[in-house]
Amino acid sequence: MNIVYNGEMDTRLFKNVLGQTISELLSEDENVVYLDADLMGCIGTAKLPKETNRAINCGIAEANMVGIACGMSAVGFKPIVHTFGPFASRRCYDQVFLSGGYAGNSITVIGTDPGVTATFNGGTHMPFEDVALYRALPGATIVDITDVPMLVDFLRQAKDLPGVKYIRVGRKASAQVYEEGSHFELGKGNVLREGRDAAVIACGIMVHEAMKAAQILSQDGIEAAVIDIFTIKPLDEALVKAYARKTGAIVTAENHNKIGGLYSAVKDVLDGEAKTGYVAVEDKFGEVGPQDYLQERFGLTAEHIVNTVKETLKRAGK
Amino acid sequence: MLPEKKLELRKLAYKIRIGITEEIKARGFGHIGGSLSIADVLAVLYGDVMRCDPKKPGMPERDKLVCSKGHAGPAVYAALALKGYFSYDELKTLNQPGTNLPSHCDRRKTPGIDMTTGSLGQGTSLAVGMALGDKIKGRDCRTFLIVGDGEINEGQAWEAAMFTAAKKVNNLVWLIDNNKKQLDGYTKDILDTFNLEDKFRAFGFEAFTIDGNDLEQISTALSKKAGDKPIAIVLDTVKGKGIKEVEETAANHSMTPKPEDCDRWLEQLHKELSALA
Ligand SMILES: Cc1ncc(C[n+]2csc(CCOP(=O)(O)OP(=O)(O)O)c2C)c(N)n1
Repeated sequence: MNIVYNGEMDTRLFKNVLGQTISELLSEDENVVYLDADLMGCIGTAKLPKETNRAINCGIAEANMVGIACGMSAVGFKPIVHTFGPFASRRCYDQVFLSGGYAGNSITVIGTDPGVTATFNGGTHMPFEDVALYRALPGATIVDITDVPMLVDFLRQAKDLPGVKYIRVGRKASAQVYEEGSHFELGKGNVLREGRDAAVIACGIMVHEAMKAAQILSQDGIEAAVIDIFTIKPLDEALVKAYARKTGAIVTAENHNKIGGLYSAVKDVLDGEAKTGYVAVEDKFGEVGPQDYLQERFGLTAEHIVNTVKETLKRAGK
Repeated sequence: MLPEKKLELRKLAYKIRIGITEEIKARGFGHIGGSLSIADVLAVLYGDVMRCDPKKPGMPERDKLVCSKGHAGPAVYAALALKGYFSYDELKTLNQPGTNLPSHCDRRKTPGIDMTTGSLGQGTSLAVGMALGDKIKGRDCRTFLIVGDGEINEGQAWEAAMFTAAKKVNNLVWLIDNNKKQLDGYTKDILDTFNLEDKFRAFGFEAFTIDGNDLEQISTALSKKAGDKPIAIVLDTVKGKGIKEVEETAANHSMTPKPEDCDRWLEQLHKELSALA
C-alpha cells in the first residue's frame, strides 16, 4: 500500500464521496438497499435516480429505520443505513444490538459527523461515545475513516461482510493518506511512519494530527512511529503488541471519549509491555463551535500528541 | 383580543423575526426556516399567555416551554432576549465559541430555556414529565410543547402523546408546527403524516387546526382551558414565514445567506414594523 500523505487536504468532501459510492453500490448490486433518516441532503443522496426503490427515506425515526433494515437483511438484502453519529449509535442502540447483532442480521451503519466534526450542531449531535457502544456489541466491526480511498474501499467491502458494521466518518474534507484505489485489510493497522522511540496509534481525524506530531517530534530528536489503526474492532492486537515491545511507549489519539474508545481497546490488549498515554476527550459532553476551536478545547491537536508522547517517554524512563 | 394587545403582539412577532435574522447574519448560517415558522406562536406565548418572569427563570410555578424541535433555538432566543432574560446584544453570539446560545436549546446554558432539546422527539416526553410533575405538586401552571411535523416521525413522540392523553396530563399543550417540510424536503414525500389533527384526536386529545401564523387564532386557541382531554393544536404554518425569499427557497431548513441578503431582509422587516405604529 502506498502512502501519499503530504499534509494537504483532499479537495473532495466525504459527503460527496458517500453519496457517489452509495449510488454506485445501488446500481451495481440489486441486493443493496439504502435507508436514511431525513439526512439524505447531508450526504448528497437526495438526488438519487427516482427509478430506484432501494433508496428509502424513513423520516426522522432512527430506531424504526434500523429495525426495518435488519428485517430486510433477514430476507436477503444488504442494508446500508445512514444518519448522524449520535442517532446512528445511542438513538437506535437496542435495535442495532438485538434486531441486528443478536438476531444475526447484517447491516452497515454509517454515522456521520463523529466527535468534534459535528461542529455547529453542538453537544446534542457530537458523539464521543459511539465507539464505546459499538465495541460492547459482540461481533461488531468498527471503522473510523481516515481518508477518501479508505471510505470508498471499506463501503464496498462492508456491504458483503456479515454482522453489524459501524462506519464513523465526517462530511468534510480530510488529508489524503493513501493512494487512490488502495485496498484495506480489515483488522490490520497500517504503519504510516516508522520510529523506534514511541508509537502513536491513531484513527479518524487524529491520523493527520499524529503525522504532524511525528514531524515535530522528529525535529526534537524523537522518532515516533505512526500507526493508522482504523479498525477499532477487531483491533490489530499483534501490531499493537509489537510496537509496544519495540518502543516501550504507546500513545493513542482519537476523536472520542477516553472511556470505551481506542485508548481502552489498546489498554485491553497490553500487559505491561509499554507505558501508555492518550489523546482523547476527557469524560465530557460536546459543545458548539468551529472544529479548530473544538479540537483545541478538547485537546485533540498535534501539539497535545507531542506533549503526551514526551510525557509518556519520561515515564518510560527514556 | 383588544386592538392594543393585537398590535403589541404583531410588533413582537416582527421583532422576533428581526432577532432571528440578526443572529443568523452574525453567524453566517443557521436553521432559519423552522425558526421563522414559530415566530408567531412564540410572540403569543411570551407576549401574552405564559406566566413567567425573566428575573426568576427558575420559579417552579412558572409556565414552561419545551421547544422540542431544538434547532429552532434562534427563534426562542430572540423571544427570550426581547422578554429580558438576557441582553439583546447577546443574540449575536449564536454558535460562536463559548456561547450561551448554541444552535440547539440548552437549559444549562441559556437563561429562560426550560429544557434541553436537539435530539428530535426527546422533548415530547420531557415536556410530559414536567407537566405531570407540576400537576402532582399541585402547581397551577402549564407546559407548552412545540413539536416539528418532521420531528413527529419519531416513535417517542407518539409514546408521549399516548401517555399525555391516557394519564390526562391536561396541563400540557401540544403545539405541532405543521410547516409541511423537514430537512430533506416535504413531509408528504418523506414520511407522510396524513392528517395530524385526526391522529391526535384518535389518540384521545381535543385536537384542532388553526392558522399558526395568525396571532388572533393562536391567541384564541391558547386561551382554551383543557377539560379531561389534553389539547393538541396543529399549527398550519409556512416554513420561512415572514421573509418572502426564505419562504420561496426550496431548501430553507438551514441556510447560509450573504450579509447583504440579511440586510435586505432586515430592512424589509423594519419597514413593515414601522408601518404598524
Ligand atoms: C433524532 C434526530 N434525528 C435527526 C436530526 C437532524 N435534524 C435536525 S432538524 C431535522 C428536520 C426537522 O424537521 P421538522 O421537525 O419538521 O422541523 P422544521 O421543519 O420545523 O424545522 C433533522 C432531520 C435530529 N436533530 N435529531
